[in-house]
Amino acid sequence: MKIYIKNGRLVDPKTGTDAIQDVFVAAGKILAVGKSPVAFQPDYVIDAGDLIVCPGLVDMSVRLREPGLEYRATLESEMNAAVAGGVTSFACPPDTDPPLDEPGLVEMLKHRARNLNQAHVYPIGALTQGLLGKYLTEMVELHDAGCIVFGQPDGMVANLRVLMQAMQYASTFGFSVWLSPQDSNLAYEGVAHDGEVATRLGLPAIPVCAETVAISNIILLAKVVNVHIHLCRISSAEGLAMVRAAKQQGVSITCDVSVNHLHLSDMDIDYFDANCHVLPPLRSISDRDALRLGLQDGTIDAICSDHAPVDEDAKMLPFGQAEIGATGVELLLPLTLKYGLEMKRPLVEVLATITAKPAAVLGIDAGYLSPGAAADLCIFDPETYWRVTAGALLSQGKNTPFLGMEIPGKVRYTLVNGNIVYQS
Amino acid sequence: MINRNPQLNKHRKLQHLLTTEELPAAILLQILNTAETFVGVTERDVKKVPLLRGKSIFNLFFEPSTRTRTTFEIAAKRLSADVFNLNIAVSAQSKGETLLDTVNNLAAMDADMFVVRHAQSGAAHLIAKHARPGIHVINAGDGRHAHPTQALLDMFTIRRFKHEFHNLRVAIIGDILHSRVARSQIHALTTLGVPEVRVIAPKTLLPNNVERLGVRVFHDMNSGLENIDVLMMLRLQKERMQGAYLPSSEEYFKNYGLTPEKLSMARPDAIVMHPGPMNRGVEIDSAVADGGQSVILPQVTFGIAIRMAVMSILAGQQV
Repeated sequence: MKIYIKNGRLVDPKTGTDAIQDVFVAAGKILAVGKSPVAFQPDYVIDAGDLIVCPGLVDMSVRLREPGLEYRATLESEMNAAVAGGVTSFACPPDTDPPLDEPGLVEMLKHRARNLNQAHVYPIGALTQGLLGKYLTEMVELHDAGCIVFGQPDGMVANLRVLMQAMQYASTFGFSVWLSPQDSNLAYEGVAHDGEVATRLGLPAIPVCAETVAISNIILLAKVVNVHIHLCRISSAEGLAMVRAAKQQGVSITCDVSVNHLHLSDMDIDYFDANCHVLPPLRSISDRDALRLGLQDGTIDAICSDHAPVDEDAKMLPFGQAEIGATGVELLLPLTLKYGLEMKRPLVEVLATITAKPAAVLGIDAGYLSPGAAADLCIFDPETYWRVTAGALLSQGKNTPFLGMEIPGKVRYTLVNGNIVYQS
Repeated sequence: MINRNPQLNKHRKLQHLLTTEELPAAILLQILNTAETFVGVTERDVKKVPLLRGKSIFNLFFEPSTRTRTTFEIAAKRLSADVFNLNIAVSAQSKGETLLDTVNNLAAMDADMFVVRHAQSGAAHLIAKHARPGIHVINAGDGRHAHPTQALLDMFTIRRFKHEFHNLRVAIIGDILHSRVARSQIHALTTLGVPEVRVIAPKTLLPNNVERLGVRVFHDMNSGLENIDVLMMLRLQKERMQGAYLPSSEEYFKNYGLTPEKLSMARPDAIVMHPGPMNRGVEIDSAVADGGQSVILPQVTFGIAIRMAVMSILAGQQV
């Protein structure tokens, strides 16, 4: 199908474009930007006047809860939620049940996702078998099945020798390693940041050093092994400073932050709001402010939703027992825009953190709009504010700390491979 | 985000007692004053008043406790309420029923009040938030968070023996990190105007930023007890030795156990309190526990009057 997107404000962070320009789509690809190709006969015209046209969003962490945890969400509901949020490519962490540690599981997930014909799904392979931190997975086989990177999402591999060998093996084949920097012994049974709020509420605490000790170990090993490391979900100012220093020393390292940590602090736990039970924990206001600056100076490469739909019953428990995580794939764009507005940053810079930059970290060909690129687009109205309610979310998970808040940015069209997969 | 204090109704009257934090001094004093009127009742021959006749009070103990449950039961019975004890640790929860399902089922049995004890911080808040309107929740201890009736009976005891709050130095000694009692005591003491509250403990048993609650931190008993009017001892759980918080109960007793020698560092008319049950020879020496400065037994007696006061205020049946 040939689509003509006219009158839109085109923002393409990769080329630094921010101008009123038309986009011409044919055969699933961007055919031209700006001037109409000769004799272009569109089958469909999208009038994007007053709307922003940008590359489809790339989300570094979306949990589909498949295989194994379908009662929390279905593949279909979460795929619908993703495109409703303008997300056209995303990575799925391997912490499913069973974990993504066998090629068959990965192939099945890719196959089921492909049949839904929506966003592109990029599974993150388990770094160790069963994510237990003992034995390596068949990374090459998993890669052939569709895993693009390898990770250990639930904190660290406790045995540093195993971690080092996993890094060595991954780097042999050019795979990057994604780690969640949290030392499980220091985090112990903690559920909240080790600050005044946890002290007041009597919540077992996770100290900042659980993150910094882990980052320190990872950086030291990465220097020896020479592997690309991606740190998932930085939460503290101190951890961020360590990544900044490592980058300056030339260590091949990237990191991301979740929308939750970019906007919230432990103060938002208020009277035990279980929707604020996330990992790493929401830290202090000064940590949050440091993370915002880290995004600005480029220390943090990308913003992700850290989408984790949780069944309502699993959140209706005392804070510490409530299941970890927040739904978020539909909030990625609005909360990124909100950050940009609050920090007065140019749109082209802000949108880079959810398009071109995460695509580069993932190593996928996405997140830009030059001719020849896949026609993955997000067209949104930046002026419309909407209220986050259970009914407004397509995800099965209604668990978000942002419930009740008004946020900017409503997706009008999402295109994947030149097909309109969402429209509102 | 501005949240109304879940403990107060829209007229700013007490509707649940969940924590001593963020309660106005006037409400704390109202509870203490109401309790004064019940101390007389407990000393009478016929120990019953008909204030809560026809009301149903459910004791929901998700964590075993004989003492606290018994004092709540006695308090409710002396107010002529119908009391139902549910030892949920071994019933519904083990059959997979969720906390809120259990509570909603009981609410459907026309409960008026829940007295809740739970091992998780925030459990009482959760129940108060989701219980149907008109049900009152009393927190009888949630995780490390709060134990407000214990703190209130401690305030009552202090007022009985020291008469005023504004001229006192109070020390809380022991495992502050894991203690819901300590947190509730700190909030109650600072709200009632005690000018100096100290905590004395090794660093492994202190939560981060505890000074932000308005206390001075000491690690040494001799300096910490200097000029102290009230000593509030905490119970030391045996598990702390396994969790690498402490090497042994012997070494703890040597440094932090309250002996007559250490007590002599405090003011000569200082009183010694303990929420019970005591570990003699661990946090307190028998000579102190049974000594002339101990007010540990009066605490237990006043505990019933305080719980009667809280229940009657919540039910709107004050004297």
